[in-house]
Amino acid sequence: MKKQSFGSILFIALVLIVMYLPIIVVVVYSFNANSSRIPIEFTGWSFKWYKELFSGRGGFGDALFLSLRVAFWSVLISVVIGTLGAIGMAQRTLVQKQKPSKIDTAMEALSSLPIMIPEIILGLAFMILFNAIGLRSNDMRLVLAHSSFCIPYVFMTVKSRLVGMDTALFDAARDLGASPARVVKDITLPLCRPAIVSGAFLALAMSLDDFVISFFVYGAGEGTLPIKIYSSVKVGVSPQVNALCTLIIATIFIAVALSRYVSSVRAARERKRSFKAA
Amino acid sequence: MSEQPILRLDGLYKDFGQGPILHDLSLDIYPGEFLTLLGPSGCGKTTTLRIIAGLERPTKGAVYLEGADVTTLPPEKRHVNTVFQNYALFPHMNVFQNIAYGLKVLKISKSEQKKRVMDALTLVQLEGYDKRMPNQLSGGQRQRVAIARAIVLEPKVLLLDEPLGALDLMLRQNMQHQLKQLQKKLGITFIYITHDQEEALNMSSRIVIMRNGRIEQIGTPEDVYEHPRTFFAANFIGQSNLLHGTITEKNDQGEVMVNVNGTMIPGILDEYYSPAAGEDVALCLRPQRVRYGKAPQHGMELKGTIQSKEYSGGMQHTHISLSDTLTINAISQSAELDNYPVGSEVYVGWSQRHAPIVPDEQSTSDSEGDV
Amino acid sequence: MMDSSKRDLRFSLWLKLPMFLWTIVFVFVALLYVIGLSFLSRSEVIGVTNELTLQNYARLADPQYLRVLLNSLKLAAMTTAICILIGYPFGYLMARLNPFARSIVMLLIIVPFWTNALIRIYGWRILLTGNGPINSILLSLGIIKEPLKLLYTDGAVLLGMVYALIPFMILPTFTTVDKLDFSVVEAARDLGASPLHAFLTVTVPLTLSGLMAGCVLVFIPSMGLFFLSDLLGGSKSVLAGGLIQRLINSRDLPLAAALSVLLLSLTGAVIAIYRKVGGSGDLSLF
Repeated sequence: MKKQSFGSILFIALVLIVMYLPIIVVVVYSFNANSSRIPIEFTGWSFKWYKELFSGRGGFGDALFLSLRVAFWSVLISVVIGTLGAIGMAQRTLVQKQKPSKIDTAMEALSSLPIMIPEIILGLAFMILFNAIGLRSNDMRLVLAHSSFCIPYVFMTVKSRLVGMDTALFDAARDLGASPARVVKDITLPLCRPAIVSGAFLALAMSLDDFVISFFVYGAGEGTLPIKIYSSVKVGVSPQVNALCTLIIATIFIAVALSRYVSSVRAARERKRSFKAA
Repeated sequence: MSEQPILRLDGLYKDFGQGPILHDLSLDIYPGEFLTLLGPSGCGKTTTLRIIAGLERPTKGAVYLEGADVTTLPPEKRHVNTVFQNYALFPHMNVFQNIAYGLKVLKISKSEQKKRVMDALTLVQLEGYDKRMPNQLSGGQRQRVAIARAIVLEPKVLLLDEPLGALDLMLRQNMQHQLKQLQKKLGITFIYITHDQEEALNMSSRIVIMRNGRIEQIGTPEDVYEHPRTFFAANFIGQSNLLHGTITEKNDQGEVMVNVNGTMIPGILDEYYSPAAGEDVALCLRPQRVRYGKAPQHGMELKGTIQSKEYSGGMQHTHISLSDTLTINAISQSAELDNYPVGSEVYVGWSQRHAPIVPDEQSTSDSEGDV
Repeated sequence: MMDSSKRDLRFSLWLKLPMFLWTIVFVFVALLYVIGLSFLSRSEVIGVTNELTLQNYARLADPQYLRVLLNSLKLAAMTTAICILIGYPFGYLMARLNPFARSIVMLLIIVPFWTNALIRIYGWRILLTGNGPINSILLSLGIIKEPLKLLYTDGAVLLGMVYALIPFMILPTFTTVDKLDFSVVEAARDLGASPLHAFLTVTVPLTLSGLMAGCVLVFIPSMGLFFLSDLLGGSKSVLAGGLIQRLINSRDLPLAAALSVLLLSLTGAVIAIYRKVGGSGDLSLF
């Protein structure tokens, strides 16, 4: 690895500073003691917005609960459907070593549309569809919409894992007496487990993060956490939202750092083990 | 062989859509055989194996296992097991779980599973390795686990797809011996795939030489080595001087005279091929069979000049020109090293019974093993 | 005797069936609804009439809507251009860092990437307000005499757009540069190319796939981020996404649908161009 010039390090640092500026502002303002109607001036440090947030008066608890509920069901549905779909399509291409059928190719392209097209179009489409079939339950509307854009994420992570797999493993299991279903249960699913788990986390993050589609699909009420945040910040600066966002950012930071740490430890262990075997 | 074949391939034809891989392949395999399918890559040997295993369906033709038609039977219902080329050990299972997998699917009791797995491990000399994961094993050990996993099910036929291909030379020779011993001990029919002719000659009880989806020749190792019936077989197995020529004379005893680039060379036809005078043939002369000296050899009046000599560890390679356009190779053991200098004139000859004459095939693209 | 291959085929169909059905109902039919709706006209009271018409598309040619569309395209193009100018060098330099520094920078890039754009944009709202931190600092340093109008400007929208989407340029670029075998670049230098020449003739072509994927991943969402102009651009600034939202709010669903279909075709065109120019790579970051 070459030594980096001062200029390039400065460039990286500058971009990162600009990237973190708004995040830092949100965090700092969440401790702002100023409780005037437009609390822009920083007047001192305080925890009062956190206390207020946890008192539950802002209604953020309900929104969080809704977000988590929707995410739970969407992840469950998308993991089952996406994983089975990816394995099902692999039966033809990987197990029987044939070209994918035209229907499979078309379905795969179609199923990935929800994460390719602008979210607002999908939001409108779901809104129209749900209104047309008379689906009123907000929970149901959200879960169906979220599952639709979570499925391709799970599908793609599992598929890329399957593509890298040694197809002789499937042959070997069949050869040793396993039926196709048994092969899926004993060989394919266990070997895909890391991909299914990361697909599930991806789906979870996407569901919790979604604002645009939820915004259109959701009927009357306080909405999911992102919707609630949007409606509070649209009118101005909301100290409770500052506290909430700080907590969200902290959670993400810990989750990302943890997952990177775990995967690097796992990679190191893997390297050590294969080194030992060699 | 008068007994009932354990496996019969009847007119197998396979086409993946880009031209046929197998053309009307028929073959009977008998119990206890060590049968090797030998051929260059793309000759259809792996496809044949996959059809026997049930992993592939023939476009036409049928597979009979102990007389029963199993052509459409899925792989899991066949009493046939496979040792795959790169072993295909399940990476998420340890050695014990890998070997026990087939037994577990059959719902065999835990205690019986344990006993049979341990027996199999003993058989492949891997006692004490049962808790290891596949990525903690060396290539040779993985290989043996793969074999144990297949034989633990006591298959009627064991299929081995180039099982030694990924091992280095020393290990390969050691494993060849062990596999042969194992086959003797178990008495299971082995169908073995390789593109390595030496391996085939070493291990097999019968060799099937395949090319372009067809069988070129079937026979014992001795048979296919000493009496190749086609140009391809002669070329593919062992080293040969392949002398292209035309038959000029022929008598009732099958003795012929072959004109090779103007040099007249005598030969004897075998019972499988009787070309008429004027036909193009190839004379297949093993370098090890060539003798030379100051007196006529094997009663032949052929003379040549020693062009060059190369000594390579225990062997002496000699190039002898019979005319301006015809040079042959001779190999002799270093024990019988000659002391004819380069340029000296010698008589050349060989046992004509051991120099088979096969149909000529000048323009062959897959000429591996040519001298 | 059972036919094994037919049975295997049926088994794989059972596995695929849920996804097929889901895709047909919630993607195919849903988008079909939007397309169908775009050909209907709005009824007097609420909902739509059953007459087929092209008038929604004709209405899009109205200068007022046309200006919104052109503005959106211009903004999307500018956003993409700025993301290339900042994101590509960033991804490139990041891939050239030593492993430790690289993993730290990666962590710092991924955290904003996972943080809701809404939250990050909201941070800018605080920063840019009239009496917010930026103006206060500039005032106290004496650089300006009175607060600048930063929020609710086109510049603020552009800033927010670039800010929200730049990770989508950095990550694909980083991935391709990371995979690049730098001995090729060294070979070019060895053959007499100047650093810049080697960069332009070897590095850029070899990392083009990442750059193009980044462009698609930035350009397409930039057309639809309606809340961005909402939060940073105020009521005057309307972009395609925001227009759809307003039309939905005013219950003019057919026109919103027509605009969506237009946006959808534009998306399709961008992806088609991407595929044509050789972007065979997956358009996903994961």
